[in-house]
Amino acid sequence: MFDLDPLLLARIQFAFTVSFHIIFPSFTIGLAAWLLVLEALYLKTGNRIYAETSRHWTKIFAVSFGMGVVSGVVLSYQFGTNWSEFSRRGGNVIGPLMSYEVLTAFFLEAGFLGIMLFGRERVPKGVHFFATAMVALGTVISAFWILSANSWMQTPTGFRVAEDGVLHVEDWWLVIFNPSFPYRFAHMVVACYLTTALCVGGIGAWYILREQSVPHGKVMLVMALSLLVWLAPLQLVIGDLHGLNTREHQPAKIAAIEAHWETQRGAPLILFAIPDPKTESNRFEIAIPKLGSLILAHEWDAEVKGLKSFPPEDRPNPIIPFFAFRIMVGIGIIMIAAGSIGAVLWLTGRLYTTRWYLRFMSWIWPLGFVAVLAGWFVTEVGRQPWTVYGVLRTADSVSPVPGGSVLMSLVLFVLVYGIVFGAGVYYIAKLVRRGPDETPPVPEKDEADLSHRPMAAAGNP
Amino acid sequence: MTEQASQMTEYLPVLLPLVWAAILALAVFLYVLLGGYDLGLGVLFPLAPSDKDRDAMMASVAPFWDGNETWLVLGGGGLLAAFPLAYSVMLPALYIPIILMLMGLILRGVAFEFRFKSERSRWVWDLAFSVGSILAALMQGVIIGAFIQGFAVNDNQFSGGAFDWLSPFSVLTAAAVLAGYVLLSAGWLIMKADEALREWAYGIANIALVAVAAFIVIFSIWTPLLHAEIAARWFTPANMVMLSPVPLITAASIVALWTALKRRQRYTPFLLGAALFLLCYTGLGVSLFPFIIPPDITIWQAAAAPESQLFMLYGAVPILPIILGYTAYSYWALWEAPEHDAYH
Repeated sequence: MFDLDPLLLARIQFAFTVSFHIIFPSFTIGLAAWLLVLEALYLKTGNRIYAETSRHWTKIFAVSFGMGVVSGVVLSYQFGTNWSEFSRRGGNVIGPLMSYEVLTAFFLEAGFLGIMLFGRERVPKGVHFFATAMVALGTVISAFWILSANSWMQTPTGFRVAEDGVLHVEDWWLVIFNPSFPYRFAHMVVACYLTTALCVGGIGAWYILREQSVPHGKVMLVMALSLLVWLAPLQLVIGDLHGLNTREHQPAKIAAIEAHWETQRGAPLILFAIPDPKTESNRFEIAIPKLGSLILAHEWDAEVKGLKSFPPEDRPNPIIPFFAFRIMVGIGIIMIAAGSIGAVLWLTGRLYTTRWYLRFMSWIWPLGFVAVLAGWFVTEVGRQPWTVYGVLRTADSVSPVPGGSVLMSLVLFVLVYGIVFGAGVYYIAKLVRRGPDETPPVPEKDEADLSHRPMAAAGNP
Repeated sequence: MTEQASQMTEYLPVLLPLVWAAILALAVFLYVLLGGYDLGLGVLFPLAPSDKDRDAMMASVAPFWDGNETWLVLGGGGLLAAFPLAYSVMLPALYIPIILMLMGLILRGVAFEFRFKSERSRWVWDLAFSVGSILAALMQGVIIGAFIQGFAVNDNQFSGGAFDWLSPFSVLTAAAVLAGYVLLSAGWLIMKADEALREWAYGIANIALVAVAAFIVIFSIWTPLLHAEIAARWFTPANMVMLSPVPLITAASIVALWTALKRRQRYTPFLLGAALFLLCYTGLGVSLFPFIIPPDITIWQAAAAPESQLFMLYGAVPILPIILGYTAYSYWALWEAPEHDAYH
């Protein structure tokens, strides 16, 4: 038998399953909040456009949420199947955070999802609205705990290492609100809202272009834009603050992101390069002098640490963080442009008639997902070679499972997720193409028989 | 005051693992009960008399499956949090059955949404629902069997082979769990289905009950043979008297369930099926306590640090009753299946 590296296979498997999973929460966190707003608007105004849009997107939400649930269950077991040493040594810290996620978020979502999806006609309106609110709240609480756990792995505080290598908590507040948590939580929640806004706005624009469900398309586009115009620039600010925080706590990650090998004052901003860990240098480098220091430290002359100032065994490989970071930032800039152009068009009353802009919006809808994945690749690959930064190495975290088992499970995951994802995207596309069902205005009790008129029936094909 | 505090610190490492073992036992039991009827429907799915019945079976559980499965997530997440050593030994030891169980849960889980959205390819999701449910149920049975048999541990790590879980015993527990889930699921349909499907479910429940009763007898003999300690626990004279209610009530429940099916009762079959599960579960607890990784590691040895178990307990104590409350409300509010499917 040829050699199968269980560590590498386990890393590939986790990267694959967690990347697949994060696609769905990035969409449903924002979508749940938006559905709640639509329901509130309908209850307040009685405008059926809101109700029809909400019903339509609830179906899309259900498919996405279902895929998020099944791929999420996998993760809660993979910590043990593939990373048992991490679980054994870090369980005192990580375990309670994840248990709180189950208790305060997963149950809330799952318990009220049934009522949200199936209860519209069966429970009072207020209860249905409450259920939608609880599902939306659950998605945010879930993000809170899992980002706290991840941030603790990036910037661990509030613990001590016992003689046997097991971690013990000394201060829960410091564990949960560890130094990078506020930034990462804000960055991710805003990313989720942006991802959803791009999808909703893109599909709205597409409806307007196709002259299908135009009133609904307009609601989608305007509501999406109203988020995009504020949140896209805000995300730039949050990302910048997050970067300052990373520079303080994980300087090796920053060096990898920027492909800086040497420690230097007035470091350049490298626009493009192919970093080569073997020669410890960049090839094909295009750089702007001094701009790197300004962006990273907000000073032209600030010192920026290079990768060479860390021992080779403590460095992340810069290739993935470098490129993934540039993809993420590039998409952020596209979002800012999309938001500001849309706002100008809306203010000047040309939003629904500027076809190139509608077409542009209907093309860029998937970019949020790409940015989320790119961002996670930056931060997770940039954390290497550690699972718990500076405390527990990835190589020491892996399970004593033979490579053959891990290879088998990886192949199965790729196959099953491929089928499930393909089918899910197909059914969501089908729902999008069909568009919202238009409901005829509810007839007043005393004129109920008017609904037999041919016109009323025609209104509901 | 300080003396009291120091006494507390002394007792906590003894008490907390007991409390957490009880909470996890409850979570796993609720999963076995709720996930059990839920997976059992997938096993019965291809056997159902008609397509209309299949629709009804699926609709009867569609609002609840996600909540049911969350108890399994609590079981996994709670084990990591409360007994990290047990989690980090068992999951690598059970690598293959756990991965296969997860695959099964994925396939059946997505079928709930995809099935109603498809037309020509509906058979694919029918198949996925059924195969996924059967696979998950069998693997859960294998996991229970392997758990009873115990795991090879060296230096706090699993030290056995990739197929240690596979044995005649674990194959038989897999079959037993499948039969048990079918019994629960037939009980569920007897409560929820229309008359024709209900009549069919009574027949299924009869067959499943015979199988379950046979399995209970087999395991009552086989399990004590696995570990001498288990035999000693059940068969020393003093214990025999104290523990005798467990087998006696089990036998009585089987008879009562048989009668309930004969009399075509609506709600007692499911409840008695649940009671049977509870009794087997209790018997298992009696056999294995206090070991969480038989035959060597106890709940105290595997326990997380007291400060971690305590921190979780502060949340679990108030939150679990709330969860049970809204779960019950959801079952109550959505109990009657709608006449036409308003959602899809």
